[in-house]
Amino acid sequence: MSKRTVQFKMYRYDPDRDEKPYMQDISVELEESDKKLLDALVRLKAKDDSLSFRRSCREGVCGSDAMNINGKNGLACLTDIDNLAQPIVLRPLPGLPVIRDLIVDMTQFFKQYHSIKPYLVNNTPAPERERLQSPEEREELNGLYECILCACCSTSCPSFWWNPDKFVGPAGLLAAYRFIADTRDEATSERLDNLEDPYRLFRCHTIMNCVDVCPKSLNPTRAIGKIKDMMVSRAV
Amino acid sequence: MTVAKRTFDAVIVGAGGAGLRAALQLSEAGLKTAVLTKVFPTRSHTVAAQGGVAASLGNSTEDNWHWHMYDTVKGSDWLGDQDAIEFMCRKANEVVVELEHYGMPFDRTDNGKIYQRPFGGHSQNYGQSPVSRSCAAADRTGHAMLHALYQRNVRANTQFFVEWIALDLIRDQDGDVVGVTALELETGEVSIFHSKATIFATGGAGRIFYSSTNAFINTGDGVGMAARAGIPLEDMEFWQFHPTGVAGAGVLITEGVRGEGGILRNASGERFMERYAPNLKDLASRDVVSRSMVTEINEGRGCGPDKDHVLLDITHLSPETIMKRLPGIREISIQFAGVDPIKAPIPVVPTCHYQMGGIPTNYKGQVVVPKDGEPNSPVVGFYAAGECACASVHGANRLGTNSLLDLLVFGKSAGESVVEDIQSGNLSLKPLPADAADASLARISRLENQTGGESVAEVGQAMRRTMQKHAGVFRFDKLLKEGVTAILDVAERSKRTEIKDKSKVWNTARMEALELDNLIEVAKATMISAEARKESRGAHVRDDAPDTAEFPNGRNDNEWLKHTLWYREGNRLEYKPVTMKPLSHDVEPIALAKRTY
Repeated sequence: MSKRTVQFKMYRYDPDRDEKPYMQDISVELEESDKKLLDALVRLKAKDDSLSFRRSCREGVCGSDAMNINGKNGLACLTDIDNLAQPIVLRPLPGLPVIRDLIVDMTQFFKQYHSIKPYLVNNTPAPERERLQSPEEREELNGLYECILCACCSTSCPSFWWNPDKFVGPAGLLAAYRFIADTRDEATSERLDNLEDPYRLFRCHTIMNCVDVCPKSLNPTRAIGKIKDMMVSRAV
Repeated sequence: MTVAKRTFDAVIVGAGGAGLRAALQLSEAGLKTAVLTKVFPTRSHTVAAQGGVAASLGNSTEDNWHWHMYDTVKGSDWLGDQDAIEFMCRKANEVVVELEHYGMPFDRTDNGKIYQRPFGGHSQNYGQSPVSRSCAAADRTGHAMLHALYQRNVRANTQFFVEWIALDLIRDQDGDVVGVTALELETGEVSIFHSKATIFATGGAGRIFYSSTNAFINTGDGVGMAARAGIPLEDMEFWQFHPTGVAGAGVLITEGVRGEGGILRNASGERFMERYAPNLKDLASRDVVSRSMVTEINEGRGCGPDKDHVLLDITHLSPETIMKRLPGIREISIQFAGVDPIKAPIPVVPTCHYQMGGIPTNYKGQVVVPKDGEPNSPVVGFYAAGECACASVHGANRLGTNSLLDLLVFGKSAGESVVEDIQSGNLSLKPLPADAADASLARISRLENQTGGESVAEVGQAMRRTMQKHAGVFRFDKLLKEGVTAILDVAERSKRTEIKDKSKVWNTARMEALELDNLIEVAKATMISAEARKESRGAHVRDDAPDTAEFPNGRNDNEWLKHTLWYREGNRLEYKPVTMKPLSHDVEPIALAKRTY
């Protein structure tokens, strides 16, 4: 790719300065080496240092730069800039309070993650060496443990938009199942009790936006389905 | 500006692997602890570690900590302190097994134990043959580790201050550390965190270089704060260039790829590492592999239209192995190199990766400085662990997988020291000096009022270009001398950076300006320490110190077997002896020898 100019429609809001949010038309000239949306944002910020967004690893493992890109949630660092229709419309993740520009308040998202007790529970005295787990048992954790907590999924989920305080959301439920599926964890029944409620789990209506947007190609809907199956089989 | 004060038993700055491991020690001991972090904990750069964590568990091949200790000392080119290295290698099994008990999803062997793979520079029987010592969770070990440590801290009710950036270290009239100042990004407000103990776990500063595997946040905040507070920085001339960054993008491709059988090839398809390291070949130590690659490129055997990279080939591995053991690498390669490594080799170049030097500490995680003739005198109330610290276990070159081990062992050890020092009454809450926040407020107010200065982006760019040109994989006397002048000039420019954004709320322009203050201290320390060290050792290899009979590999133990200490004031250099004596009297020191692989 050679040098080229890219057009943006950018959501801007600085509570210190702006009465209300607005969409700003801006453009930036990219260098040949710029491939990802994040490269363009960094270049834009060099021109206008007030443009605010989170970013860190720039390789899709830290989960900082999730945003709404042309209407779909994704990570700026994994999105090829040249594949995006212009003007590129950038907005903060939907459904969470906006702090400034593309930065959202993730308190509610993390509160839900914390609510599922996201840690291994095993009260058997620890052996001197590692607890054993067969490769097949370990395989059960694949597709679960890789979550980067970017919130692309939960903030694309209508059920989470309506009930962010009551519905755990796809990210938190994926984490819940990650521990249920771990043969080393001893708290399966408490974990199911914790989700036994009209909202926390059952507000998932398998809309599957979460699967569609996950930048790590994970499938929260499948994990949620497995938890629901376990709920049913323990009820009968 | 009003400055709020908060009081804690201990403050930890940084919530990557080292900070989180230390925090567990403190939270579980019931100390009132604050963990300050400028990003949500799981966004810390530990998350990007891929290949594994070293421990001589011996799950696949016979192993013991003596062999690991030998490899680490040799890898360090004998600049590592042997007491700290013994401590780390002996503790490895304990901290890795603990992590497994916390829930870390390690891959497994057929008999259910932690899966281990070979890694560069790690060997059986004192250099004889490769050993499987790297405990791995696919190629996402750092991610799995960071999340497991964060989750354990959720369980321990650790108190986090998320998206707070620490500004300056507070020392009293005795030089003791009594806390830090910090800025809350959401409000722009500055607070004092007053504490009995302060632990820095702020990570590295790989962003001083233009081409880096490091995250944007790796700006050496703790190292810069320590330097400004008069703490010397140790061995800052030693930077690791990882052999396999994706050409152009800089993103890391783990050494675990070579551990699983990957091969480096030049333009004619030759496995060139056979010529440079006949024994360990592609799994030689990182400094050796990086130099071999650059030599291939410099001598015209590089690949691509510009002959500017080499190829990392795993096309001979089965797709199943790649999908199972290296799935993240495949994603990265497709994303950033446009290549599916199942079908075609990955273009790679050596890329700045790790800071071997840092804030000087002992194996207990206490920060130590020369005082009254004692080279390693602890600074009361101050501890450091992980990449920001220099224990020194990595010396002149770190072995792959020893960084994750370092942060576990010394994070825990620093935490234990703090618990012990507080519970024994050795540490008390000393009064804050009256001017505790003045330095930080002055920095903020300069940025508020500066006009006519350059942008942070411009000055940062000048710094990164200067470091890349003058202090790269191979170093040249002339370039280093020019580099000192050039970086001091950039440092002057950094005092006049101007930001346009004056908002109180989540002001990232201000944050980047404050980060540049830290980076620039690291850059100065690096260039000045490198110019002064007139030998080749580990990752520091200069044109005027070649391989000769008198000085094998250009290393000069008579004059340079010593640690550099750089002081910010006057750019003064001092030196202190390397600890050649292991911690235990019944452990034999690893004697000096020429390093070959």
